[in-house]
Amino acid sequence: MDMLELKGIDKVYRSRGKEPVQAVRALDMVVEKGEIVALLGSSGCGKTSTLRMIAGFEDVSAGSIALRGRPIHELPPARRKVAMAFEGYSLYPPLTVRENIAFALKSAQLSRAEVDRRVNEIARLIEIDDILDRYPRAISGGQQQRVSLARALVRDADLYLLDEPMGQLEPQLRAVLRGRIKSLLAERGMTAIFVTHDQTEASALADRIAVMEGGVLQQFASEKELKSRPANLFVASFIGEPPMNLLDADVSRSDGGLRLSAGSGMSFDIADNGLEAALDKARQVRIGIRPQKIAVGTGTVRVKVVSNQWLGDQSHVAGDCDGRMLIAVTQGRVAARPGDIVPFALEPRHFHIFATDGSCIRHAEAS
Amino acid sequence: MEHSSLAGRIFRGVALTLILIFFMFPIVWIFLMSFQTNEQILRIPPRILFEPTLANYTALISGQLHTAAGNLEISFMRNLFNSVVLSSAAVMLALVLGVPAAYAFARFKFRLGETIAFTLLSFRFAPPLLVLLPLSLYYQELGLNDTYFGIVWVYQLIALPLILWIVRGYFEDISPDIEHAYRLAGHSWREAFTRIAVPLAGPGIAAAGLLSFIFCWNNFVFALILASADKQPVTVGALAFVTASGIQYGQIAAAIVLSVTPTLLLALYAQRYLVEGLSLGAVKG
Repeated sequence: MDMLELKGIDKVYRSRGKEPVQAVRALDMVVEKGEIVALLGSSGCGKTSTLRMIAGFEDVSAGSIALRGRPIHELPPARRKVAMAFEGYSLYPPLTVRENIAFALKSAQLSRAEVDRRVNEIARLIEIDDILDRYPRAISGGQQQRVSLARALVRDADLYLLDEPMGQLEPQLRAVLRGRIKSLLAERGMTAIFVTHDQTEASALADRIAVMEGGVLQQFASEKELKSRPANLFVASFIGEPPMNLLDADVSRSDGGLRLSAGSGMSFDIADNGLEAALDKARQVRIGIRPQKIAVGTGTVRVKVVSNQWLGDQSHVAGDCDGRMLIAVTQGRVAARPGDIVPFALEPRHFHIFATDGSCIRHAEAS
Repeated sequence: MEHSSLAGRIFRGVALTLILIFFMFPIVWIFLMSFQTNEQILRIPPRILFEPTLANYTALISGQLHTAAGNLEISFMRNLFNSVVLSSAAVMLALVLGVPAAYAFARFKFRLGETIAFTLLSFRFAPPLLVLLPLSLYYQELGLNDTYFGIVWVYQLIALPLILWIVRGYFEDISPDIEHAYRLAGHSWREAFTRIAVPLAGPGIAAAGLLSFIFCWNNFVFALILASADKQPVTVGALAFVTASGIQYGQIAAAIVLSVTPTLLLALYAQRYLVEGLSLGAVKG
């Protein structure tokens, strides 16, 4: 069942004497019931604007938002049935932590015992049960953030919006809470959208990730699909750590197929399979290959090692090939020092091929 | 500030004492004068030791002024009452108008917003006499001359800009997301204003109210021109002590002590409020 449907959303900020800023452009998105969705992107990509439009603090400049089939984009925030945890925490300073969390429940006229039960339960879950009687200004930023999260999650709402929900937490706690929140959301079938710029958090918590850039939704898919079938060059280079290697190549015909020539003796023969039809006049493409897919020590591409880092469970080898940097990730240690010449193996079946406008015209073969 | 040598500390002590004497002496002197007769005050050289008298206060409170030239009726208590009524009414009206306006200026960007806010502030730059002549003509036309309402209205020129600009700053310091959170929990925009924004800005509103009360209380020229004897506040009423038979220094001093007391008490009471307000400001950890 569709829980939330965003259709053709535009957001334009106009201020006097300045150029209007288009924060979100023609955004279409459907979130299903019980789904956890991450809005992922760098600062200023429109993800928080999107969240605030759903909550009702920003008007939509065009388009419509429907929650459970009812259009909500013209309702006041109070009537949208959404809960939100704010990036700036926004706790009520004169109330204790307990009162802050219970606040919305009291307005919903639940019995005292029920309110207490729920507050204690959520407080235990995110480990703030020892500070329930303190005031917001007497607790740390990380604690305030958890209180803000608890205040949102404790409510009964159709949709939970979390703006950078764990940005202030320590890494260990973050990992623990991610797991607990995910199982809480799943157990109760809660639908949630959260904003983050942290890929790890997005992949750990979300069922699907919406990658945004420049106000435009680039791709909305599971983490696996974002990695294996990136819709365009932006998604390909944004998702994955370290980022995908990119090489410019000219396309020419060779017997029975196409040849990609990237210079410095790097040329690869591939089957056509309709690729030529997708090319523009310049007959140029960008080849993308994940660092994990480059084998070190075999192959035909010779690079000069720039750095070789052992991260405890994998090696990152950066090599220079006539001014172009290639990074390879291998599971074991690599015996190479900076300055050494080592071979890298780039296999065409691992290539993602992008047209000059950035769209992906061929994905790597599934491995 | 822990870098003081002995000489520095002594210098600071001396400087503070001098400043304190400079500013406090007139107040102490006025206080002493209010318990002296005119003869005692005008004695040369003046003396610190004297036989105190309550004659000045009795004269003010009973409204009978005995001078060498005979008895004079004075309406000091009436003036004091007028001051209280005019200043409190003016501040209340300014709060009712100014607090929502300050909220609007703090939260919403709208056409001409800054221009309007600045125009309101600019009333404070202009000398009152600039507006007084046209105002008194309008007031005569409108029948507002010599009415409480007319004076309360003109006091808005003093109180409204102060409240607007001080309270606006306090509202801007409150994260709008606190109100957003409240509204998401099922409350209307109006409730968020009255239950969240106003209480959080409470200390600021109190400070602004207090300050504008004092400014209204001390105003002289508006009431001098726009009100007649029975509507005049103490500041204007004090002119009555400059009589044909001389200046009644004793009564003036007593009148000053009486008229300063309410604002002083108010300031002392609200001081606690103001300090509390400064520590409440922290919203984001």
